[in-house]
Amino acid sequence: MASHVVAHKPAEHEPVNTTLRHHFASDEQQKDAATIGMWVFLVTEIMFFGGLFLAYFAYRQAYPAAFASASGKTNLWLGAANTTVLICSSLTMALAVHAASLGKKTLLVIFLVLTLMLGGAFLGVKAYEYHDKWVHHEVPGAHFECEGCDDAGHAPLFFSLYFGMTGLHATHMLIGFVILVILIVKAQKGEFTTKWYTPVEMFGLYWHFVDIVWIFLFPLLYLIDRSHTGLK
Amino acid sequence: MSDHSEHHIVPKRVYFAVFATLIAMTWVTAWVSTVDLGRLNIFVALSIAIFKASLVILFFMHVKYGTKLTKMIVLAGLYWLILLLFIAMCDLWTRTWMGVPGR
Repeated sequence: MASHVVAHKPAEHEPVNTTLRHHFASDEQQKDAATIGMWVFLVTEIMFFGGLFLAYFAYRQAYPAAFASASGKTNLWLGAANTTVLICSSLTMALAVHAASLGKKTLLVIFLVLTLMLGGAFLGVKAYEYHDKWVHHEVPGAHFECEGCDDAGHAPLFFSLYFGMTGLHATHMLIGFVILVILIVKAQKGEFTTKWYTPVEMFGLYWHFVDIVWIFLFPLLYLIDRSHTGLK
Repeated sequence: MSDHSEHHIVPKRVYFAVFATLIAMTWVTAWVSTVDLGRLNIFVALSIAIFKASLVILFFMHVKYGTKLTKMIVLAGLYWLILLLFIAMCDLWTRTWMGVPGR
């Protein structure tokens, strides 16, 4: 701690560090502060999604048969393929941060654009799945039907959680798209340097967090009791 | 804050290794869900998910190379999540054990 108290006095011919705010002692300290702040935000996000996961576990243990057969209505292949797409976008995001840390501008822009495209592909598949649920009357409401479901009276609970959880996840991705576009423009302008690419790195944390949420949503929503409901 | 992550750049091969593991585990969890393990299915599915999430947190999110304070914040967050889920589920799981009406 003591090392940071010493103020950083630029030497006569040292270039001015425009990305270091005056209240930080060093680039490292500034970055550590940003990382901690971002993680505190992500912890609130963990609790935000945590409430929905608790609702899921509570109702799943109360109505296991309804959850098992309603889960069988989801498309396992699309779910697994979409998980793969999202993990690919996490890889391109990690590589974008890597490129930024090495100051490779073109590569950074390419990986950010790839992340955006893969995210778009994920939401495209999600939209197809939502449409599929809509035409099969599997959206909870007046016209809800769950053909061949056990305990069909409680099946809307599963689908409410399905749409609520995947919907909140998709909302996070849409917000991510907006930030990604801003980052791509800034990266193209050359605003990030090897000393300061904090926005890219912090957005990376957000994007990976969204990936982690899906890592849990996939088995919990798509993979209940597949040995009995079969593959679709 | 004596343990700075000082310009730690993770080698690319680490990212590719983590990526390959994540993809493999995705299809393993999809496949294993089709095998009837009874009540063990959900524990296997959640174990794989926790393993995958840990890889993402440690390597993609650089927590392995982060400061101790960052690690503590992550662990504190997970601790509160476990409190939320575990205590609430202990209540719900055990309510029926006594056969008392008013479940």
